Amino acid sequence: MKYLSEYRDPAMARGLVQRILDTATKRWTLMEVCGGQTHTIVKQGINEVLSNAVEMIHGPGCPVCVTPLVQIDRALHLAARPDVIFTSFGDMLRVPGSECDLLQVKARGGNVRIVYSPLDAVEIARRNPDKEVVFFAVGFETTAPANAMAVWRASELGVENFSVLVSHVTVPPAMVAILEDPGNRVQGFLAAGHVCTVMGWDEYEPLAAKYQVPIVVTGFEPLDILEGIWMAVRQLEDGRHEVENQYVRSVRREGNRPAQDLVSRVFQVVDRGWRGIGTIPGSGLGLRSEFASFDAERKFGLEGISAEESADCHAGDVLKGRLKPFECPAFGGRCTPESPLGAPMVSTEGACAAYYNFSRVQADVPVGVAS
Amino acid sequence: MCLGIPGRIIDRSDDAGLAVGTVDFGGVRREVCLAYVADEVSVGDYVVVHVGFAISKVDEEEAHRTFEVLREMSQLEELEWMADLADAAEGVSS
Ligand code: SF4
Repeated sequence: MKYLSEYRDPAMARGLVQRILDTATKRWTLMEVCGGQTHTIVKQGINEVLSNAVEMIHGPGCPVCVTPLVQIDRALHLAARPDVIFTSFGDMLRVPGSECDLLQVKARGGNVRIVYSPLDAVEIARRNPDKEVVFFAVGFETTAPANAMAVWRASELGVENFSVLVSHVTVPPAMVAILEDPGNRVQGFLAAGHVCTVMGWDEYEPLAAKYQVPIVVTGFEPLDILEGIWMAVRQLEDGRHEVENQYVRSVRREGNRPAQDLVSRVFQVVDRGWRGIGTIPGSGLGLRSEFASFDAERKFGLEGISAEESADCHAGDVLKGRLKPFECPAFGGRCTPESPLGAPMVSTEGACAAYYNFSRVQADVPVGVAS
Repeated sequence: MCLGIPGRIIDRSDDAGLAVGTVDFGGVRREVCLAYVADEVSVGDYVVVHVGFAISKVDEEEAHRTFEVLREMSQLEELEWMADLADAAEGVSS
């Protein structure tokens, strides 16, 4: 497929790997923020072939993984209501809540439907005026314009039986939280290409300057990632800390302005809890008061639902790069993709599932013995 | 989750005030919302699509340039190696 398969050429990848190995005079520590990149890095073994030059830490870049337990429990509560059609992206269905997941609620008769686009959820609401249709609005800045459009559209068309359960997160505050952490080891970042397609990269420049870290906006295909790593390593070797753009075919400095405009008309910045990490100030988006009638939390009075995260799951340490997934005592034993204890084992973009499915490193480690 | 896939716009239309279109992803066709790229795209352009929304127009010139840079970078090792061989050969003959 054009603009896809050519960025997977193995011969070119080998050349780039050699470049990176030749460029690095020491072992640098980089973090990729996006779960899609984590998936590719671990699946293609990029972290392993480059291990002499870079250590890749897999950041909190999977919105499925960081959606707080309390929001999952609220989703489960709504999905079980007989008057509700609960709509969601497919990857949220197996995220474990306190007691079960959306798939189990569906099996017990809950009306849970997977949608491809949030606009499909609005359409379902128009076709089912006697039901309440709720959409689980999760995601990073990449997904916010789509979810904002769904709310905007429902408001324009007067679709009153539509609402959203919002759990939006934004990347830069999470990067700050990582950089401010006393145990931080990250020396440079690959910033997520599609987040920056929407937002541009202006907001990363103060971060690169303040914390003296290179930030390279990077695409998702293996060659994109290798070039992004190479650009970051070269900056580190030169003692530079700039924002560079590897993913020029999609990302412009200013991002997508029409998308940013609608997002800021519908959403406002709020504090948000991240599963396994805790609350990060100003790291989320919530509905503006003009759109309060589309807020499922208000509509169904869900504020009272609270949840306690399991102490067995070390997702927070994994997401911050303090632990490799296979260093978690539950990894591969009590926690597997078939029966996940925490969210990073659920989504294929989660670091734990990526290591479980693809990594050869884990074979050297006595997995799950401590559990 | 932030997956975005490039595809080519086949046609454009309007759905009650919303710019939409059909996008072809290597043979698979989907209805896509074009509202966020409406001013800059026409039929035949490539766009990056995420959850049913085009979020950018693929800059074909930049795509080409990146690819050439990548190709050069990945081949340089080979070229240097060949240059070394050539030098050696010259050394022998002179
Ligand atoms: S392996 Fe399972 S329990 Fe351990 S951090 Fe990952 S998701 Fe949590």
